[in-house]
Amino acid sequence: MKKAFEIIDHTADIGIIVYGADVEELFSNAALALFSLITEPKSIEEKSHLNLKVSSEDRDSLLVEWLNELIYFFDAQHVLFNRFDIESLTHNELKATCHGEGFDPMKHKIKREVKAATYHMLKLDKNSDGYRAQIILDI
Amino acid sequence: MARWQGQLIKMDDYHWKIPENYKSGMRVPGLIYASKEMLESICEEQTPEQVANVAFLPGIVGYSLAMPDIHWGYGFPIGGVAAMDIKNGVVSPGGVGYDINCGVRLLRTSLSEAEVRPRINELINALFLNVPSGLGSEGKIKVSQKEMNQLMVEGAHWAVKRGLGSEEDLDVTEEGGCLGGADPSKISDKAVKRGMPQAGTLGSGNHFLEIQVVKEIFDSHIASIMGITELGQILVLIHTGSRGFGHQVCTDHLRIMEGAVSKYGIKLPDRQLACAPIESPEGQDYLAAMACAANYAWVNRQCIAHWVRESFSTIFGKSPEKLGMRQIYDVAHNIAKIEEHTIDGRKVKVCVHRKGATRAFPAGHKDTPRHYKEVGQPVLVPGDMGRCSFVAVGTQKAMSESFGSTCHGAGRVLSRGAAKRSIRGADVIRELESRGIIVKAESIPSLAEEASQAYKDIIEVIDVVHHAGISRKVAMAIPMGVVKG
Repeated sequence: MKKAFEIIDHTADIGIIVYGADVEELFSNAALALFSLITEPKSIEEKSHLNLKVSSEDRDSLLVEWLNELIYFFDAQHVLFNRFDIESLTHNELKATCHGEGFDPMKHKIKREVKAATYHMLKLDKNSDGYRAQIILDI
Repeated sequence: MARWQGQLIKMDDYHWKIPENYKSGMRVPGLIYASKEMLESICEEQTPEQVANVAFLPGIVGYSLAMPDIHWGYGFPIGGVAAMDIKNGVVSPGGVGYDINCGVRLLRTSLSEAEVRPRINELINALFLNVPSGLGSEGKIKVSQKEMNQLMVEGAHWAVKRGLGSEEDLDVTEEGGCLGGADPSKISDKAVKRGMPQAGTLGSGNHFLEIQVVKEIFDSHIASIMGITELGQILVLIHTGSRGFGHQVCTDHLRIMEGAVSKYGIKLPDRQLACAPIESPEGQDYLAAMACAANYAWVNRQCIAHWVRESFSTIFGKSPEKLGMRQIYDVAHNIAKIEEHTIDGRKVKVCVHRKGATRAFPAGHKDTPRHYKEVGQPVLVPGDMGRCSFVAVGTQKAMSESFGSTCHGAGRVLSRGAAKRSIRGADVIRELESRGIIVKAESIPSLAEEASQAYKDIIEVIDVVHHAGISRKVAMAIPMGVVKG
């Protein structure tokens, strides 16, 4: 199977390169990459779900807003997700169901806090293999 | 990453200019403070390009400045200073950063190394328990929505009114611990929800509490005014910011600025430099929201300072007053401020963005606190946990040359990933222990990201700003115990 994402270096922060056969998979893998930076995704069980709707001006910023929405839910409500069903995705709106559970300090080891997804060096391209995106996260 | 190949003109040993004609669209030249050796490492990344990009911003005056601890950021470099004329200039949330009013507070004690060394483990454990670091360790102070609205406006005063510290602390805090113009109606519900549970928490990443020993005094007169009187004296440094609250404020307003860029027809070389005219509704709303986050950060450091005092008091069985635990100063190093500066002999009101840079006002300046009026505003420059930290003061030269600004810390040289690949967290602890430095951290693996090797040598950084004349070093201290979130 083709890899879903990889982590890249950025001096003060961390970047992710995300792949997807289609845009839906790309968005789902980006979210997975985010939570793998925060904790060990295998430690997250699917106990509850959250329906999310995110909108933005264009698809590039939609990707940033999507990750920022997830960062918000983690930081404010302490929920961790490891599966994302992208139900609809247009160039400026996304609807998804996110599966996971509440943060449990006895069970989930937090690797780092992610402050935000940034627009810096943001790239989203399509090639013959599918889609690829680069996002820098401020940590 | 490719090495930066642009043009740099040597002005003297510590000033390097990127000429205005380096890139079409630059409104002013760039100016980097560095030694020749440091410049080599600065040019290994595209950091100088970011200095040049900031020079595109409308209304920028003087130079797009970079301090010697500069490293590659997003949009703005970290260690960047840019002043925009408030009449025709812009304000950019990227020029402040996500961690609004990230900053440092320094407390002194009358304790000596000999008194603290035998108790250092107990003390570090007490600090680790008494100062919540973040996720899963909330609840030291409970803040209601109503109180959130109050603390956003009142800043550190809010904490002092609740018995967490004294009026004297406020006198020796930048802006008295309260930035004016804060308007909670400009804050999103999301920011409030992130902020409420995190008030009074240290956070993770590069944030820390450090017990330090004074090792060198360069100017005994100024040091004595700060209450630093002898070698071996114990200091405590607190480094934290506005936590998820500030991050959400930045995220929210960057999004608004994205729209403002096209609305006002601003041309930018990097999307992360998104900005709006200072006098536009978008610009004013950001400044009002940023002030709320700045005030939140001052509440944070005020609360943490109180718990640090309590921890010392418990371990040594004496009141914080008996232990001489008074505040030396508290500075912001991620902030935008409306200030008056003299440009080409003319007094101009500008919005000074300091992103990873510290205010360094001279003796006699109206905003230099009363206690330091004769010597200049204290500048606190933490190094990495294995080396040392400096206390300096602002100078007249900083006022005339760098919009009253200087460096803020060591600055990274290794990315977090590179640090982690070459260094193990457990080894960092062992290595520091062998040199008498105790470290306690929430996350051991992430310690590697903050290891000494990941940072520039703070001594080189401070020497550049000292010799360039934009601040004057007063004392140096080394760590004895570190608490990391």
